[in-house]
Amino acid sequence: MADILNWVDIGPLDGIPVQGARTLQTASDRIAVFRTLDNQVFALLDRCPHKQGPLSQGIVHGHFVTCPLHNMVFSLETGLAQGADDGCAAKMETRLENGMVRVGLTPSQMAKPDAQ
Amino acid sequence: MNFVPAHETASRPRLVVIGNGMAGIRTVEELLSRAPDKYNITVFGAEPRVNYNRIMLSPLLSGEKTFDDIVINPLDWYQHNNILLLSGDPVIHIDRAEKFVISRSGTKTPYDHLLLATGSDPIIIPVPGHKLPGVVTFRDVDDVDTMLAAAENGGEAVVIGGGLLGLEAAVGLQARGMAVTVIHLASHVMERQLDGSAGHLLQEELRRRGITVMTGADTAEICGTDRVTGVSLKDGHHIPASLVVMAVGIRPNGRLANESGVAVERGIVVNDVMATSDPSIHAVGECVQHRGLCYGLVAPLFEMAKSCADDLAGINSTGYGGSVTSTKLKVTGVDVFSAGDFSSGPDCDDIVFRDAGRGVYKRIILFEGRIRGAVLYGDTSDGAWYFQLMKDETDVTDLRNSLAFGQAFAGGSATNPIDAVAALPDNAEICGCNGICKGSIVSAITEKNLTSLDDVKAHTKASASCGSCAGLVESLLAATLGGGYQAASVKPICPCTDHDHDNVRRLIRARALKTMPAVMQELEWKTPDGCHICRPALNYYLLAAWPGDYVDHGASRFINERVHANIQKDGTYSVVPRMWGGLTNPRELRAIADVADKFNIPTVKVTGGQRIDLLGVKKQDLPAVWADLNSAGMVSGHAYGKSLRTVKTCVGQEWCRFGTQMSLGMGVALEKMTWGSWMPHKFKMAVSGCPRNCAEATIKDFGVIATDGGWDLHVGGNGGIHLRATELLCKVTTEAEVREYCGAFIQLYRETARYLERTAPWIERVGLKYVQDRMVEDAQNRATLFARFIESQKTAQIDPWAERATGGVDAHEFKHLTAAE
Ligand SMILES: Cc1cc2nc3c(=O)[nH]c(=O)nc-3n(C[C@H](O)[C@H](O)[C@H](O)COP(=O)(O)OP(=O)(O)OC[C@H]3O[C@@H](n4cnc5c(N)ncnc54)[C@H](O)[C@@H]3O)c2cc1C
Repeated sequence: MADILNWVDIGPLDGIPVQGARTLQTASDRIAVFRTLDNQVFALLDRCPHKQGPLSQGIVHGHFVTCPLHNMVFSLETGLAQGADDGCAAKMETRLENGMVRVGLTPSQMAKPDAQ
Repeated sequence: MNFVPAHETASRPRLVVIGNGMAGIRTVEELLSRAPDKYNITVFGAEPRVNYNRIMLSPLLSGEKTFDDIVINPLDWYQHNNILLLSGDPVIHIDRAEKFVISRSGTKTPYDHLLLATGSDPIIIPVPGHKLPGVVTFRDVDDVDTMLAAAENGGEAVVIGGGLLGLEAAVGLQARGMAVTVIHLASHVMERQLDGSAGHLLQEELRRRGITVMTGADTAEICGTDRVTGVSLKDGHHIPASLVVMAVGIRPNGRLANESGVAVERGIVVNDVMATSDPSIHAVGECVQHRGLCYGLVAPLFEMAKSCADDLAGINSTGYGGSVTSTKLKVTGVDVFSAGDFSSGPDCDDIVFRDAGRGVYKRIILFEGRIRGAVLYGDTSDGAWYFQLMKDETDVTDLRNSLAFGQAFAGGSATNPIDAVAALPDNAEICGCNGICKGSIVSAITEKNLTSLDDVKAHTKASASCGSCAGLVESLLAATLGGGYQAASVKPICPCTDHDHDNVRRLIRARALKTMPAVMQELEWKTPDGCHICRPALNYYLLAAWPGDYVDHGASRFINERVHANIQKDGTYSVVPRMWGGLTNPRELRAIADVADKFNIPTVKVTGGQRIDLLGVKKQDLPAVWADLNSAGMVSGHAYGKSLRTVKTCVGQEWCRFGTQMSLGMGVALEKMTWGSWMPHKFKMAVSGCPRNCAEATIKDFGVIATDGGWDLHVGGNGGIHLRATELLCKVTTEAEVREYCGAFIQLYRETARYLERTAPWIERVGLKYVQDRMVEDAQNRATLFARFIESQKTAQIDPWAERATGGVDAHEFKHLTAAE
């Protein structure tokens, strides 16, 4: 089933710290949106496939993030675990247009969020 | 520092060596490997120390090496080989008729054979003022010591001479914190090794590093009355300076030989077996003149040493035929290589390659299809290859079009360094200083079962001099031993770098690197911005080295230190407010209870360090939780940091009927003094009011136990996986002493332990005596350590919770992004 992505604006690039991340809560899950040293933007589900650690809280280096719970390293480009570790963090699509960051959300992520 | 052997074997002829330097001792080594028992050997050295690697004076000056690192033969080598070493005692007279020498101390030593290895003298231009204190040359350890003493006060230095030595001195002094100007007579630096373009690139790089380079500058006078105050140039310029280094060249030292009637022209004249005009006197090294040439680099000297040793051992050999030399500048991060003749003539063919983006310049000069010279700047990895082609006089006509791209391209070979060395022919030279080719290293590895770089150094000398081929040797080990080889010589911090922790720390200080990008640039990090292993370490090292100056880099801290709370396995956080010395009161307890209610904090627990832990706080609630705790007067307890955690106390004399001292008050005082300090790892303290030790001070990093007469100070304990009891550091009597020793100990740990090394493994590594020597025996050093600690605390004791709760610091951490509708 190929999901049709809905592109949503999540604010300017400057809203995300360099070599850092912020999170976006969707109807179904939380997304970690990363900004690397070279000002590229990537997104992964904020859930380490190992023990559900919040990847958004990890140290960002190159195009990688290190999970804060057990130091597994994931590629921001593919979501794949690096080195001897196995596993894949779910990757989300992102775009950077005129300094604005956009994420491609799936229909289930787009469902109306509960009022918080 | 002299060694006198137990006995002399009467029947052996006596060999007396004058000069305990690189060429003389290398000749002795070569001789011992050929004929270990042939001579009774005596060595005279003018310098009061063992034989060391003179080339490494530059890294000694810059701080990249220590003296111990550059010793070639320690005292026990002399002992082991039964050599009489008389150091600090120069020979002042040779009597050739009676065959003896006399040294300055008056010792008369007879010889059968004499070996002159007196090196060369630095040239001093006799301008007015050249004898003033503060004018030095750059030739031996004493010179380096003089420069370091001058650099201690900062200030300005002038280096006269922009050759290899002068530039290495300039970079070293700058690394030590001086403002350096290089005065150079020719139109560009290193004009004997570099053409104008490469010289220009080098000058630009030096300027970029903050060194002033003045070319076409001729010194008129060194100014000052009782000390140097500056240098005046013939064009009227005046440069203020408290230190002047003369590095304008060297002159072979043939004084003794000349006075005793041995033939000396520019240097001591020798034939191909290094014999002088007197058949019982040989000479090697920079002091000689061979076939009309004098040398100033080690590679030729080592070749001379072999021929000389052959002759002294009675082995017939073809002798020394002269050398072709190449030069590398030993400045970390600046790659310069030069070999042969680069003065292009009408029949020469010049190949030039430039890549301004990468700062690369290569020029190869061909004459009749053969390489006649090469100048490389920025990328010198193919230097050895060009040099080999040049020495072999290989016809490179067919390679001409791709020559500039180097060996990997020309041979179509892989760029992987291991495959690249594997592809080299056996006669390819690996170590230029010692003239050692691939074949000899590989056979030493296989025949002698060598497994490490140090083994290869010890058995073949490869990479034992300037060390720039160490990487090649490691690749050779890997290629020869296959998967069995593990490069173990230094343990890099992480795969982003080849440097180990200690090296990085030393270089951060020595080269005044003050930002993370500067460290990564200068120390040639292999990744753009490091990784989760090196970045927190660098952040700590920079913070510890430059308190107040360095701006903490949050993105390089583990999440706990970034948000000042402990991440839990479900992604929530725990919050531990500080309770000084474990002391609290109803107001604080009420505030904690209110916070737990207000934010639905599920678990409240008393910790092992006498604190209260609030577990299960949502990240976005953290600032509000802190605001409430702050308003009850509580600050961050740093239960999450590589920092001071807790000071655990017992109630002591304040309440306890056994108490001998006010342990509670002492615990509070220590915690007020030390909170907020960042450390290599977490740090725990305890104060017990009597030897019953209820506060368990003997498993803490710093434990204090009160006694009748004062306080016992204990260090290096750990209650974690590897239980370790403390060792007694010392006993003190006053409370002020407890505070001073505590601060000094923490500072010593902060400055010398590796990141993530607790005090227990640190003390096991360096030894308790190391710590005691520096802060118990040495009162002065203890005082300066303590002062540095107090200084760094000035900028460390800011409550990070308040900064975030009300100061708006890092607000992005605690708010989600929102999708625009
Ligand atoms: C800072 C610096 C950097 C260098 N960098 C490089 C480099 O990168 N590559 C390279 O190839 N070369 C380099 N060199 C040059 C190299 O160090 C010399 O070529 C080499 O040390 C010469 O060896 P030697 O034994 O002839 O002289 P030395 O090593 O100088 O030894 C001579 C010794 O004889 C002693 N002596 C002199 N007279 C007497 C006496 N009457 N009685 C007793 N002892 C006496 C001297 O005190 C000295 O210790 C560098 C030199 C310096 C100073």
